[in-house]
Amino acid sequence: MNDKQPDATLSTTGEHSLSSTAERQAVVQAPGATPGKDWVIVTRGLKREYDMGGEIVRALRGVDLAIRRNEYVAIMGPSGSGKSTLMNLIGCLDTPTAGEYWLNGTLVSRMSDDELARVRNKEIGFVFQTFNLLPRATALHNVELPLVYAGISSDERKRRAKHALEQVQLEHRMLHRPNELSGGQRQRVAIARALVNNPSILLADEPTGNLDSQTSEEIMRVFENLADSGQTVIMVTHEPDIAAHARRVVVLRDGIVASDDRRSAFKQSMGIS
Amino acid sequence: MPFLEAVRLAFAQIRVQKLKSFFTLLGVMIGVMFLIAVVSIVEGMSKYMEEDFAGKMLGVNSFTLRRRPEAQFGNVSEATWREYQRRPLIYKSDVDQVRPALPSGVLASVENMTFTYASTPYNRPRQVQAVGAEESYVAIKGYKLTAGRTFTAQEVSYGSKVLVIGTEVAEHFFPSLDPLGRELRIGGVPYLVVGLLEKQGSLFGFSLDRLAIGPWTSPISRITNPRGDIDGFLVKAPNAALLADAMEEARSVMRSSRHLAPAVPDNFALESSESALTFFAQLKGQMVAFGTALPAIGLIVGAIVIMNIMLVAVAERTREIGIRKALGAKRRDIMRQFLVESASLSVLGAALGIALGIGMAKVVAAVSPLPARVAPWSIPMAVLLGAGVGIVAGLYPASRAARLDPIAALRQE
Ligand SMILES: Nc1ncnc2c1ncn2[C@@H]1O[C@H](COP(=O)(O)OP(=O)(O)O)[C@@H](O)[C@H]1O
Ligand SMILES: [Mg+2]
Repeated sequence: MNDKQPDATLSTTGEHSLSSTAERQAVVQAPGATPGKDWVIVTRGLKREYDMGGEIVRALRGVDLAIRRNEYVAIMGPSGSGKSTLMNLIGCLDTPTAGEYWLNGTLVSRMSDDELARVRNKEIGFVFQTFNLLPRATALHNVELPLVYAGISSDERKRRAKHALEQVQLEHRMLHRPNELSGGQRQRVAIARALVNNPSILLADEPTGNLDSQTSEEIMRVFENLADSGQTVIMVTHEPDIAAHARRVVVLRDGIVASDDRRSAFKQSMGIS
Repeated sequence: MPFLEAVRLAFAQIRVQKLKSFFTLLGVMIGVMFLIAVVSIVEGMSKYMEEDFAGKMLGVNSFTLRRRPEAQFGNVSEATWREYQRRPLIYKSDVDQVRPALPSGVLASVENMTFTYASTPYNRPRQVQAVGAEESYVAIKGYKLTAGRTFTAQEVSYGSKVLVIGTEVAEHFFPSLDPLGRELRIGGVPYLVVGLLEKQGSLFGFSLDRLAIGPWTSPISRITNPRGDIDGFLVKAPNAALLADAMEEARSVMRSSRHLAPAVPDNFALESSESALTFFAQLKGQMVAFGTALPAIGLIVGAIVIMNIMLVAVAERTREIGIRKALGAKRRDIMRQFLVESASLSVLGAALGIALGIGMAKVVAAVSPLPARVAPWSIPMAVLLGAGVGIVAGLYPASRAARLDPIAALRQE
């Protein structure tokens, strides 16, 4: 895993030119981040541009972000600021136009589709706003899916999927289909599915966007417990009270990191104690 | 994703959309059904030809010296036909020259035949196949006697008026009587029945049991060959090597007696079951080619239908594909899933088609004179064909699914 690791740290690197003050700021927020070790995620000058028939949309304009193992990070920002784009890059669903992305010390920004699929399968657990469960499959089978693509035998798959469902208190709904479950239960199935492969990071894009506030709190408690037990969690949200659950809040604006605060500082700025 | 998992998934998919799946596989089903039926009928006919026609009518390891080929297959050109008409007839003198030249161990007999009316006091007159032959004829043809005896060499040399008759002749002319020792009249001449043949059955609806065989030296030849010639001289060898020798001898004797220069083609025919079987093999090929053209169209239509339905399935399940990709499905996993699904549909269609095709062959065999026999090889072939059609039809939809961008796929409603 560490064979591609560069020896220079971000703050001292000379090969990486910093063109804007914004980019320089971002680096300052990740001092001494060496890909690998306890840094799960290190991005350098991450850019993502969409070519909309000649017009270039700059969704990310150079994001430098470093996230340690066991961190619980919320990514906030106004609509269109590039949150989802960043999530897709971090989740290895997409590759950057420019810049580097190191996941667990491995440079994934230049990987092929199939290599990325393998990384998603092994390192990433996704939780989506719209749950994205297979409608015709049972909760158990939905949770099994990542293991199917990991080539795990059927018995082992069932065992691990059951265990993951137990962790989200859904063992009694194992054979229910998504339409037989409440929104909160669906999202818990999705969380179980995200965790079943023991991923390095749990990525959630607006995980409470489709849930009422009470259920949202319920889901947040699940995240909280996961974070407490050492799971790295990265969550995109535009709701400050959801972000308040995280211990670090990164705010994106116009495709760059506008602020990056530890929980205490963020809570103060939001007026939450 | 393991193959079995993909198969399980494919059948789950087929099960939730039973009716749609059924219509999807209809084309392949019909194609395979006709294919199995056609192959069964062709197979049945060719087995029939090999075992019954060639065996019973022409005989194995035998040939017949004739003026022209009797079993004439395919198209005979006008010129060939005129050439046949110009050929000299075969006479006793020819046979008398050929006979001593044949290797020892072979059996030979004149074979004259025609359909003519026979009569007895016990029933109305009816046509029988009157055959004028020699004493070895019954042995050459492999006929078995159920009663009595065949005629002897002496009876042939005296031209005795004796007959060996087939079961139909016996049943018609001697209803509930023992024909042995009774008289059967052919051309007004009474013949004594001395032997009864075992039942032969029928060939293409023609009974092989309406025979009445007597010495060709008897008055029967006035009926069969009023011109005094000989229809054919039948030779049977114990094995293929001796048969070839016998044919060569017969050919060289005939050519020299007819003073044919080396470059001149034979003006007589040496007809063997070999040549008939070769022709049947060709005919079988043609029947298979022709008979499979229609099912092939069915399969092509079936493939197009499956391809379209799979394209629709890929469009409908774009989000599912996005989810699977997000969870780690590689291109080949998605490719395999959709290929296995279209192959499963198609193989299912083929399986139904096999069952219906066998049924259809049985029905055809039951209601028409066409024989049908399900060729064992045609079943795995149809399954493979089904799988092949499904894979070919699924290739394009599956590769579209595999190439989908996961983000775009996940955004789909
Ligand atoms: N696939 C795409 N094609 C073109 N433009 C896109 C695409 N995805 C996102 N964008 C643009 O990139 C910018 C950032 O989008 P996004 O990352 O979805 O923001 P957020 O999730 O913060 O609302 C927006 O201007 C959006 O229109
Ligand atoms: Mg978004």
